[in-house]
Amino acid sequence: MHLRAEALCSPCLLDQYYWEEVIVTEAALVIKERNDSIAKKGRHKAQIKCDTDSVAGCVSQRACVFCGARVVLNPITDAIHLVHGPIGCASYTWDIRGSLSSGEELYRNSFSTDLKEKDIIFGGEKKLAKAIDELVEKYNSKLVFVYSTCIVGVIGDDLEAICKAAANKHGIEVIPVQSSGFIGNKSAGYRAACDALLRLIAPVEPQEIKKRNSINYLGDFNLAGEAWIIRNYLHEMGVDVNTVFTGDSSYAELKSATTATLNIMQCAGSMTYLAEKMERLYDIPYLRVSFLGIEDTVRSLRQVALAFGDADVIARTEELIARELESVEPILKSYREKLKGKKAAIYVGGGFKAISLIKQFREIGIEVVMIGTQTGRRDEYDTISDLVDEGTIILDDANPAELEKFMVEQGANILVGGVKERPLAYKLGVCFIDHNHDRKHPLSGFVGAINFAKEVYSTVCSPVWNFVR
Amino acid sequence: MGLENTNYKSVNENPCSMCMPMGAILPFKGIEQSMVILHGSQGCSTYMRRHIAEHFNEPVDVGSSSLNEKGTVYGGEGNLKQALDNIIKVYNPKLIGVLTTCLAETIGEDVKRITSDFISHNGIKDLPIVAVSTPGYGGNHPEGYLLAVKSIIEALTQKVEPHNRVNIIVPNISPADIREIKRILALMNIEYILLPDISDTLDRPFEKPYTKIAKGGTRISDIEAMGGATATIQMGITAADELSPGKYLEEKFSVPLYNLPIPIGIENTDLFIKTLTQITGKVCPDIINDERGRLLDAMIDSHKYNFQGRSVVFGEPELVYAVTKTCFENGIYPVVIASGSKNDKLGELLKREIESSPVKVTILNEADFMTIRANSRIAGANIAIGHSDGRYLTEREGIPLVRIGFPIHDRVGGQRVLSVGYTGTVNFLDRLTNTLLENKYKNYRSTMKKKYYRGSIKRITGEG
Repeated sequence: MHLRAEALCSPCLLDQYYWEEVIVTEAALVIKERNDSIAKKGRHKAQIKCDTDSVAGCVSQRACVFCGARVVLNPITDAIHLVHGPIGCASYTWDIRGSLSSGEELYRNSFSTDLKEKDIIFGGEKKLAKAIDELVEKYNSKLVFVYSTCIVGVIGDDLEAICKAAANKHGIEVIPVQSSGFIGNKSAGYRAACDALLRLIAPVEPQEIKKRNSINYLGDFNLAGEAWIIRNYLHEMGVDVNTVFTGDSSYAELKSATTATLNIMQCAGSMTYLAEKMERLYDIPYLRVSFLGIEDTVRSLRQVALAFGDADVIARTEELIARELESVEPILKSYREKLKGKKAAIYVGGGFKAISLIKQFREIGIEVVMIGTQTGRRDEYDTISDLVDEGTIILDDANPAELEKFMVEQGANILVGGVKERPLAYKLGVCFIDHNHDRKHPLSGFVGAINFAKEVYSTVCSPVWNFVR
Repeated sequence: MGLENTNYKSVNENPCSMCMPMGAILPFKGIEQSMVILHGSQGCSTYMRRHIAEHFNEPVDVGSSSLNEKGTVYGGEGNLKQALDNIIKVYNPKLIGVLTTCLAETIGEDVKRITSDFISHNGIKDLPIVAVSTPGYGGNHPEGYLLAVKSIIEALTQKVEPHNRVNIIVPNISPADIREIKRILALMNIEYILLPDISDTLDRPFEKPYTKIAKGGTRISDIEAMGGATATIQMGITAADELSPGKYLEEKFSVPLYNLPIPIGIENTDLFIKTLTQITGKVCPDIINDERGRLLDAMIDSHKYNFQGRSVVFGEPELVYAVTKTCFENGIYPVVIASGSKNDKLGELLKREIESSPVKVTILNEADFMTIRANSRIAGANIAIGHSDGRYLTEREGIPLVRIGFPIHDRVGGQRVLSVGYTGTVNFLDRLTNTLLENKYKNYRSTMKKKYYRGSIKRITGEG
C-alpha cells in the first residue's frame, strides 16, 4: 500500500486516494469475459486484467506475433527480411513503417517464399533454402532474418536447420525469427525479435573494451527521423549513440552493441526483454526513458546525463534543455490556450507510450477521459491508473464497440490511435491523432512535442466540425 | 504471345497481390447487416482490417477466432463458437461469413460442420452462416473474392419463380463505380440484383447516430431470388469456371450468363450497354448516348497526348484486362501487363490486342513488383496504372502512378475513384492524360535544354 504524494500534502483527501484493489466499471458489457479488462478510475485504484489472450469474436485491435517481430526488426537497413509463409504476411508488411535510413534501403523490400498448397503438403524447407540462396546471391547482404508464420509453425519446417545450413554455405548470418502467429500476441513477437537480436549481437570473440560515454538507444524505430533527433540531443550532451535498436541501424553497428556502457530504452513494450537480457549477459545497465512530450524529454535527458555523472555532460545537458524550453514553451502555451478543456481518449499499442501521452496531453491543457492499450503490462496500467483523473475509463485490448461506447459516454473530443481506429473516430465526429508506424512527422523530443500540439490543434480546431455538429 | 510465368523463382520480391481471405472479406461487406469472422490467429483479421479501412476510410470490423497455441494443437472449435456467439451479441447481424485461414485449414478444421453444429445447438433461425475455405496459400485475393461470392450464392440462392430482374455480379471495384453502374441501370429503367453492393457499406455518409454495421448492401432476400433472374451479367471474364458465381447460377438455376469485362473503356462499356438492351429489350436513353459522345470527344481531344504514353498495368487480372483494353483504345500502348495473381485467361483474352500492337508487350503472370519494375525499365514505361503499391515504381524508376483498384492507401478517396461506364471512363482517361501532361511539363524545359542547348562558344571557353 502506498500513498500518493498529493494525498500526503492534503490530509483531508487521504481516504479518497487510498489505494485498494479492483473496482470494475459500472458499464455492463455484452461480452462478460471483457468486464475484467475494463475499469473506471474511481476513489480507488483501478486494476484490470491484461497481458492475456484476446477473447474470440471480440474484434480485438491487436495484431499477431509475426507483426510484432516484423515491426521491431524491419528497420535494420542492410538486412534481408525474408518472410517464410504465404504471400499475405509479406504483402501486408511491405515497407509499412515510416522508418528512415541514412544508408541502405534493402530493408524496404518485402521478400516472401510465397508458400503454395504443394509446399504445405511437401514442406517448405527446400523452397526456403533456395530463396535464401537467390537473395544472398543477388543482394550481397551479411544478414538475413527469416520470419516464421503460422503455417510454418504447423507444418514443422525446421527453420533452425535451414538457417544454419545457409549461414555456413554463404558465410553470413541467417537468423530464424520464431514468430508463428498463434504462439501468443504481439508481445510474443517482440520477444521473438529480441531473441533474434540477442543472437546477432552475441560477441564471437572476447569483449572489446567498453566505449566511454557510449549508449545503445533501444526501442526507437526512426519514424520520420525520430532516432536522429534524439541522437542529435545526446551528441550535443557529449554522449555517443553506439547503435539504435533498431531505427536506421546496420549489421555492423548492431554487432558492436555489447561495447556500450549504457542502454536507454524508449519503447518498453518491445525492448524490456532485450534490455534485461543485455544487463544480465553483458553487464550493461538500462534506463527507461521517454522522449514523448516536454516533461518526459527533459526528465529523460537529465537521467542520461546523471547516469554518466560527468560534470561536463550535465552542464551541456542543462544548456540544451534551457535553450529548447525557452523556444518551445511560448509555442506550447499558445496551443494550450486554444485547446484547454478538451477531453482526450487514448488507444495505442504499448503502455509506456500511453503513459507519456497522458502527460503530453496535460502539457497542452487536455485531460484524458479514456485510455487503453493493446499490449500494456500490469506495472504500466498501475502507473496509468495513478496518473489519470477520477472517472477515467481504463481498458486493455479494447474493440471498436467498446471504443465507441466509452468515447461517446466520456465525451471525448479527440482520439489518439492507429490506422484502424481513425475512421471510427471520424464517423463519431471525434478528432484524431495518428500515433502509428506510418506517420510522416516526428513526435519525439522538443520538436515532436510541438508537432504533437500542432497536430492536435489541426484536428480539434478544424473548421469542418462546424458543419457536422 | 503467351503468358510469361514469373513464378520460376523461389522468392517473391515485393508482392503484387494479397491472400485469399482478404479478398473474401470484401463481398461479405457488401451484404446487408452482415459480419465476417476469420478462423485463425488474431493477426490475419487485424492486418486485413487495417488494409481495408485505409483504402475505404471506413471502420471495418472483422471478427477473429483468435486461435492460440492451445487451439492450434487441440482444435479451434471452441474458439470459433465463442467468436460466433460474441459477434452475434455485439453486432446482431443477419448473416455471418466464416472464412478460414492458413492455420485453420492446415490443422484441418471442419468449419461447415462446426457452424451447422453451432446453429442447431443454439436453435438459431434466420441467421445464415456462410463458410468459405480460404487458406492464404490456396490462392490470392481475387480468387478469395470470387469464391466468397460463389459461396454466398450457393448458401442462399433458391429456386424461385422467374422474374424480370437481372443479376449483376461485380468484382472488386470501388463504391463509386458501383453507384455509377446502378445509375446506368436506373437510367435504362432496368430492375436488377447487384451483388456484392459495397456502395453504401464501404462509403457511408456522415450521419448520426453511428451504427456498428453500415446501412446498405445487397438484401439477403434478393440474393435468394437470384435463381429466378432473367439473366446474369457477371463482370468476370478472367474468372476461372470453377470459381465463377455466374456459371454456378447458370448450371444450377439455368440463368443465362453473360460474362463481360468491367465496363471501363468504350468497347467494354458498349458491350455492357448492348448486353443490357439485348437481355431486357430496353433502349439506351439519350442521356447515356450523350455520355458516350462525350467520351469520344474526350478521346479525340486527348489522343495525341495519350499516344506518348507507354503504360505498365498491374494488379487484379479482371481490372488489368479492362484497363489494358482502355490503354489500347487510346494509344497509351501497354509495354508491361502484369497480373499479381495467377491467371490462365488474361493472356489469351488480350491476344488480339497484343498481336496487333505497334509496341512490344511483355505480359507477366503471378508477377512480383521486382519483376514488374525490371520489365518496365527495359520497356521504357512512362506511366504506371494500378493500386498504391505501384508507388514503388515511381520511387525507384520515376514512373508516375495513376491509382486505380485496391488498395489505395497512400492517397485519400480510394472509395471514390470512378472509372466505369462512359462517364467513368472519361474520368479515368483524364487522370491518365493529365498524369502524362504533368510529367511532360515538369521535365520538358530541362529535357530540351539538355538535349539541344550547347551554349555559345564564348561561354563554354569560360570567357563570360
